[in-house]
Amino acid sequence: MKTPVSWIREYVDLPADLTTEALAAELTDLGLKLEAIEKPGDQITGPLVVGRVLTMEPEPQKNGKTINWCTVDVADANGTGEPQGIVCGAHNFAPGDLVVVVLPGGVLPGNFAISARKTYGHVSAGMICSAAELGLGEDALSSGGGIIVLPEDAGKPGESAFGVLGLDEEVIEFEINPDRAYALSLRGVAREAALAYDASYTDPTQRDVPPADDQGYPVVVDDPAGCPVFVARTVSGFDPAAPTPDWMVQRIQLAGMRPISLAVDVTNYVMLETGRPIHGYDADKLQGPIRVRRAREGERLTTLDGTDRALSTEDLVVTDDSGIIGLGGVMGGEATEMSETTTRVLVEAAHWDAVAMFRTGKRHKISSEAGKRNERGVDPTICEAAADRVVELLTTYGGGTAEPGVTVVGTPPERTTITIEADLPARVTGMEIDPATTIRHLRAVGCEVAEDGTKLTATVPPWRPDLVDPFDLVEEVARVVGYRNVPSVLPTPGAGRGLTREQRLRRRVGRTLAGAGCVEVVSFPFVGDAAFDQLGLPTDDPLRNTVRLANPLSNEEPAYTTTLLPGLLKAAARNVGRGASGVALFETGTVAFPSDRGAAPIYGVDRRPTEEELAALLDALPAQPLHLAVVLAGERERAGWWGEGREAGWADAIAVVRRLASDLGVAVTVEADARMPWHPGRCARVLVEGTEIGRAGELHPKVCASFGLPKRSAAVELDLDALLRHAVDVVPAPEFSTYPVAKEDVALVVDDSVRAADVEAALREGAGELLESIRLFDVYTGEQVGQGRTSLAFALRFRAPDRTLTEDETAAAREAAVARAAELTGAQQRS
Amino acid sequence: MSGPNTDYDPVEVTPLKPEEVESARDAALAAIAAATDLAELKQVRIDHTGDRSPLALANREIGALPPQARKEAGQRIGRARGAVAKALGERQAVLEVEHEERMLAEETVDVTLPTDRVPAGARHPLTTGAELIADIFVAMGWEVAEGPVIEAEWLNFDALNLGPDHPARTMQDTFWTDPQDNGVVLRTHTSPVQARTMLTRTPPIYVVCPGRVFRTDEYDATHSPMFHQVEGLAIDEGITMAHLKGTLDHFATSMFGEGISTRFRPSFFPFTEPSAEVDLLCFVCRGAGELDGARCRTCRGEGWIEWGGCGVVNPRVLTACGVDAERFTGFAFGMGIDRTLMFRHGVEDLRGFFEGDVRFTTAFGSEL
Ligand SMILES: [Zn+2]
Repeated sequence: MKTPVSWIREYVDLPADLTTEALAAELTDLGLKLEAIEKPGDQITGPLVVGRVLTMEPEPQKNGKTINWCTVDVADANGTGEPQGIVCGAHNFAPGDLVVVVLPGGVLPGNFAISARKTYGHVSAGMICSAAELGLGEDALSSGGGIIVLPEDAGKPGESAFGVLGLDEEVIEFEINPDRAYALSLRGVAREAALAYDASYTDPTQRDVPPADDQGYPVVVDDPAGCPVFVARTVSGFDPAAPTPDWMVQRIQLAGMRPISLAVDVTNYVMLETGRPIHGYDADKLQGPIRVRRAREGERLTTLDGTDRALSTEDLVVTDDSGIIGLGGVMGGEATEMSETTTRVLVEAAHWDAVAMFRTGKRHKISSEAGKRNERGVDPTICEAAADRVVELLTTYGGGTAEPGVTVVGTPPERTTITIEADLPARVTGMEIDPATTIRHLRAVGCEVAEDGTKLTATVPPWRPDLVDPFDLVEEVARVVGYRNVPSVLPTPGAGRGLTREQRLRRRVGRTLAGAGCVEVVSFPFVGDAAFDQLGLPTDDPLRNTVRLANPLSNEEPAYTTTLLPGLLKAAARNVGRGASGVALFETGTVAFPSDRGAAPIYGVDRRPTEEELAALLDALPAQPLHLAVVLAGERERAGWWGEGREAGWADAIAVVRRLASDLGVAVTVEADARMPWHPGRCARVLVEGTEIGRAGELHPKVCASFGLPKRSAAVELDLDALLRHAVDVVPAPEFSTYPVAKEDVALVVDDSVRAADVEAALREGAGELLESIRLFDVYTGEQVGQGRTSLAFALRFRAPDRTLTEDETAAAREAAVARAAELTGAQQRS
Repeated sequence: MSGPNTDYDPVEVTPLKPEEVESARDAALAAIAAATDLAELKQVRIDHTGDRSPLALANREIGALPPQARKEAGQRIGRARGAVAKALGERQAVLEVEHEERMLAEETVDVTLPTDRVPAGARHPLTTGAELIADIFVAMGWEVAEGPVIEAEWLNFDALNLGPDHPARTMQDTFWTDPQDNGVVLRTHTSPVQARTMLTRTPPIYVVCPGRVFRTDEYDATHSPMFHQVEGLAIDEGITMAHLKGTLDHFATSMFGEGISTRFRPSFFPFTEPSAEVDLLCFVCRGAGELDGARCRTCRGEGWIEWGGCGVVNPRVLTACGVDAERFTGFAFGMGIDRTLMFRHGVEDLRGFFEGDVRFTTAFGSEL
């Protein structure tokens, strides 16, 4: 809401020396948030004066343009009184016109300094200004974007042009919250200013209006709930060519609207002034009585924006004998729109149900100044005053006469009353507010207040439909007392239980991965088929079954993702594209799988849902497990003076999983798997207690290529919730022996198809209790072991808890281990 | 060097003559002094104290002396051998020190060589930032509550006094899941976590709820379809706006330093009444709006930074969530984590958080 300060002052007796900044700050403290202060003339300095064009010689130029060599009377403003010679390229003015002239020494917006200069064979001493050059809207003073031609009564040559152009105006733009619809008017803003400065206030809607009679235009309201009040007045003999007075054009422009024609401008002006949207009809186009009702199935209307709309049975419509002529309170119809030939105007000032307005606006995606006010709630008692004001302005400036009839259908709704304990504002705000203060402030905002013992009953003013609950009154009192007076007191909660175990575990996960050299990323969870295709997922892959969005930002990514990999791989590729030779990234985030359990119910809010209702609600939500994904692409270890660097590969991915599992105290196992997007021979399924929790390994070469990642990039994706569920709770103390260790190495040759983990398990089993640890330290393939065979070298450490092992004992354990490996895996000891 | 004594002469045993002994001792001492490294000294030790050394051989001759001469000869040899052993020991110590010094000198490396074989990892500033905030509240006895990002429409809106026709329901441009009437949205704020907490716990409740939220904003330097919020909720007997102010002041001080406080401006949120916007005293210019004569960039010269929204929990919300609104009052607040970190660290473009460029994130690796 843009409010010219001079307009506010018209209704409030504010201190003369009050600055716009101070006023804006005070109003912000009351709840009208300052958005911006505009001072249109702020960027213009120096002599900007009214001038009269004396002569104007067109001079064609070689470049095809014609310039005008003008002399302009600026009286003594140039210090000499001689006519000022000015070259002007525009043509939309003539000798005798009053124009705006900036003289040498002036500065226009954009820090454009004006000086006398030679051009087109003349010395041009100044400039005849257009609206754009002055930083004004192109509609300023109906200039149409060209040179501003001032009306004859605008001023005398040589006088400052600041006032006539509105350049000395200051405008405060407020961001009006939805509950303060009354402040979408000068009436409301001025009332708040009066409240802020305890100043006297004149309500622009306080006027004597002619009484209702049955001589006015016939109106029937079939739906009084949707349209409680409908006021109609008629002006005839109106001159459609009559110009809008400049002061009104200026105020409409300063308020951020566009002037259009006198009839339209007047309705907008009165809306800005009173907050009450007005609709004007071309009365000669109306056929028979006006009727307000809900639309019927299948009805349509072409609104004045030219859109043909299918109406809903919830829409409130205005009709006449020809059919529907307007979407009540939201937008008029084309057929009865006022035009340049309209001489008889029917003025509608109607009060509409805010919810209906909101729904119709939303349904038809119409956002208008009228709709914005009607859907938030307008004072229902000012329809007659607003209509009368429109009639006054139309007849004053358009030359018509008010027809005698006054149609008023319906009565404003009852005013709301709210009863509170007098100490409620003090109890809720923590400020010291006594009942007398509460009463005073409630009255200051327009409530009538009755006292009854400790209770206060407030009858709220009709312009405040937002005041409904006791706490609404608390806010009114609090804002007048001033939020700055709220004391600062720390509450004293009881002992808290700290972070939950899961919260602490998640922190551990991040620290472990960062410690392993991985950088955390946060990416958007939106995904589309293209990403699944990039991952090479088969068409029936369960990951393609997504929770879809009804209104995605991009149709390319219309779903909530089921895997973190697309976002992560794109981030990795972005880093590589920006020159990283290697990148290790991780992300934790929720993914979603559809529930297919139907819609989530919407309950009332007058009570808590029952446990069953709540369970049904939660049950309808998609499963949203927390996932962890890691990508290791390109250089994993750098080359340096220590030697070669190393590219990431499948083993790095599995190592990350093992390290994380180890840090969480979870025993994970891996087994071979083959599933996209991984390399079919280099993909590990990760299991905890036999349950699969994810995969790790090298990405499929096609996937690396499609994301633009280095060859052999590796990735992990785990169900982190599942992993964390198995995290060790209380670590049992380890037991270990301090007797000497006995070390034995064995090299076993197996078929290529035999898994190292199986050989290790067999050795472990065969070695028995004396085995302390076992570690695979070398893998060899080649001539010495033969085609299709692999040699695996294990280091075994034996130790007894209670004695030093003899050589015989160690050897026996070793032999048993080898024997078991031979039995279970066909391993042969390498000679 | 004398060989074995074949010419037996019990009186005149040449090696035991004092001058012979002294000569052998002096030769040994000279050799010890002349040894320049441990290897040479080792040879000297063999030559002059070994089994075949003059003093060892002389010692062996003592038995051939008449008993009355043995003592004197024994003492003479013993003194000589003692002197040699002592000199050896001293020389050994000196040479060992020299040797170690030389070794260490030889092993000198250029300690300025790089050591960054494995590049460093880092957690994301949004993660560490959310943890910092959580820790501030946990230290006050609060707990951290969480909930799903794909949320029931009823919990995201209705339960929070944002009814189907509430104007604010359109202010928050919501991602709806398909079909739009199935009552499931991407949460537009973390407030549904507050609703869940009230629905499942009994007061007193003091929880802080950090998390991801979604709005259908186009992606630019200051807007993102996904961002992060932290909200707080306190429900107890006798809770007032003053407790809200005290909590936010403490939060501001903990996060931005001593003396950094907050101020309230009236505002509107459906789930709170009275409602306020909360501004943070600019921690850079400390409210002055300027710094060294230039306009403060952090607060754009305002002296205050818009931080978030807050208010007293609307009793309608308490009722919908099963809290006795006659007995309990509460306050709630919420602010953007991303935005808070942007002005705390001077991040110019919100997109930096979501691009995944490791240069951005690793810079925050030292955040606590
Ligand atoms: Zn500042």
